[in-house]
Amino acid sequence: MTAKRPAPFELSCPLPDDGADTIRLAHGGGGRLMQQLLRELVLPALTGQALTRQHDAAVIETDGRRLAFTTDSYVVRPRVFPGGDIGRLAVYGTVNDLAAAGARPLWLSAGLIIEEGLPRGELAALLRSMREAADIAGVRIVTGDTKVVDRGAGDGLYINTAGIGLVEPGIDIHPAHVQDGDAVLVSGDVGRHGIAIMACREGLEFEPPIESDCAPLGGLVQVLLGAGLRPHCLRDITRGGLAAVLHEIAEASALAIEVDEAAIPVSEAVASACEVLGLDPLQVACEGRMLMVLPPDQAARTLEVLRVHPLGAGASLIGRVERRARAEVILRSRVGSRRILDLPGGELLPRIC
Amino acid sequence: MKYLDEFRDRDAVASLAAAIRAAATKPWRLMEVCGGQTHSIVRHGLDTLLPENVELIHGPGCPVCVTPTEAIDRAIALALRPGTALCTFGDMLRVPGSRGSLAQAKAEGGDVRMVYSPLDAVKLAQQEPELEVVFLAVGFETTAPAHALAVLQAHNLGLRNFSLLVSHVLVPPAIEAIAASADSRVDGFLAAGHVCAVMGEEQYRALVERLRVPIVITGFEPVDILLGVLLCIRQLERGEARLENPYARVVRSDGNRQAQAMVSEVFEEVPRRWRGIGELPRSGLALRPAFHDYDAERRFDLSGVRADDDPRCVAGEVLRGVKKPHQCGAFGTACTPERPLGAPMVSAEGACAAYYRYRRSEAQPATASAT
Repeated sequence: MTAKRPAPFELSCPLPDDGADTIRLAHGGGGRLMQQLLRELVLPALTGQALTRQHDAAVIETDGRRLAFTTDSYVVRPRVFPGGDIGRLAVYGTVNDLAAAGARPLWLSAGLIIEEGLPRGELAALLRSMREAADIAGVRIVTGDTKVVDRGAGDGLYINTAGIGLVEPGIDIHPAHVQDGDAVLVSGDVGRHGIAIMACREGLEFEPPIESDCAPLGGLVQVLLGAGLRPHCLRDITRGGLAAVLHEIAEASALAIEVDEAAIPVSEAVASACEVLGLDPLQVACEGRMLMVLPPDQAARTLEVLRVHPLGAGASLIGRVERRARAEVILRSRVGSRRILDLPGGELLPRIC
Repeated sequence: MKYLDEFRDRDAVASLAAAIRAAATKPWRLMEVCGGQTHSIVRHGLDTLLPENVELIHGPGCPVCVTPTEAIDRAIALALRPGTALCTFGDMLRVPGSRGSLAQAKAEGGDVRMVYSPLDAVKLAQQEPELEVVFLAVGFETTAPAHALAVLQAHNLGLRNFSLLVSHVLVPPAIEAIAASADSRVDGFLAAGHVCAVMGEEQYRALVERLRVPIVITGFEPVDILLGVLLCIRQLERGEARLENPYARVVRSDGNRQAQAMVSEVFEEVPRRWRGIGELPRSGLALRPAFHDYDAERRFDLSGVRADDDPRCVAGEVLRGVKKPHQCGAFGTACTPERPLGAPMVSAEGACAAYYRYRRSEAQPATASAT
């Protein structure tokens, strides 16, 4: 959207650019600041043009076949958390980006940046976990790289993975294909990964513990496509949560999305944790949930197919796409009012009281 | 969720909204004092359910918002001081000081640590005896007991490296200042339920007598807030001015005696500057002389760090209820949550941030909305 129309005319004197000279943690939070960084600095520098990030993976056509290609880096702390670890995440995250492009994920690379002092046993366990995850997701890790940096120059272990998948003929999934009247579905309850990590990091204990939802979604997407369903757009929900993904789709399609708060699945445990921390579960990260936008006449069948799959058991129809004056995301609240569902700004900060 | 779902019930909300429409025959302006209430009102869209003649004005009860620029500058100075860690609640990280925020000080190498409890800061001081640990103590009567507890605990542990940078404020003097100011447009107040849970009803009964305005002790869920509005309007329609407490499931009439005792053991009332409002007598807390060893202002020389609030920000008028956030010329353009000009745009509880998150489209032309 922003790329397509001129910047709004502003009479106000520009303020000193807050944080212009240094990158802050909030620039990596998946929210508005991160989009700004990508739009203003990263994409123009690397691609030579002001692109907005529109898709989880690039789709490249070669010799009549279409390949999906993506990369992602994993810097999570703690490295092991309830429901997963950094190795598993590094495999599933990239697999899910490929799946969101409608591709069958096939090959991965693994780049390890290890900080001096990491226990050998821990590295071995995390590599084992990567291998297991690759087997579960049906992908092969075919190339890689290992670097060791000085103590203090890294956070134990960073992992980068890149992935290649194959897009079958006739499959064309892209936010630009989203249409007025489309149904919006989510494959399961949201917010588990973010709360699992935050609880670990801050020593908050929930009984039973909240586990990350981290899971590979390639199989789920292939089942949908195999059933003849043709979603217009898929997006795996990660940092910034459901809210960020809805915004990205609204922006890329220049259409509004209205969602029903009561229809969005949030587990009781995540909802309670969010109340305690003052967070909005719709802005909290997932690692195994897909947002799907599809023609309204396919919604019922899609839900049926999703719900018999273990990773889609909690699927729900949450809203619809509409043509409006603004490409905004509207939430119909549980108490019967309507409001804007905002994009998270940067880091999620727990409230004071 | 038990104790929440029943207070977010769609039918209960609809019938309260209908009762308010039926009760309000004249225009009334009510101020919800607490930022948590403002957040809930805008998050749940409660003001859109009210009739046109009932207006909610958002009060000064966001601790982050009323903390003066100078307090932030002093916290930053401490964070950048070698061998010193500045601990704070997450909200305070992005509040703009006169040249940057604590988040920026952290990016520039300052030692800023986000904690969930002041006791975590005490623990840090215990674990790292060589480190000077300062906790930025802001907030109202709700956070004061925990801060008092932290000081008492540090005292009991004999810690010499723990201190508080105190910028505490109290609610009743702010209500009094707003009700008494010449441009006040407020007919009745919804008092902050959690503040009353600590302090009890007594101070508010005295306020009602002095100011002759209705005060209703109000909770934070949609049903609580609409019930507060309804009771306040019924009083106004009848020409009454009483203290009412429909939030009795949380607020006892004498409050939390133990917490009150701890606060008055450690702190005393002092004049305090409020961002956007100015100095109010007996409106803040400072450490009593017996605890001066734990006062960061005395432990470190901060007298050189002085600052005034940014004149371009109309936070004062917003906090007094004279202006709505989107009536500010900078709202959503020069001032956004990513580049806040004033504190009410920073905290999730700030009136400007609440409007920005949930109401931006009302205030801006279509061309300026997305991203």
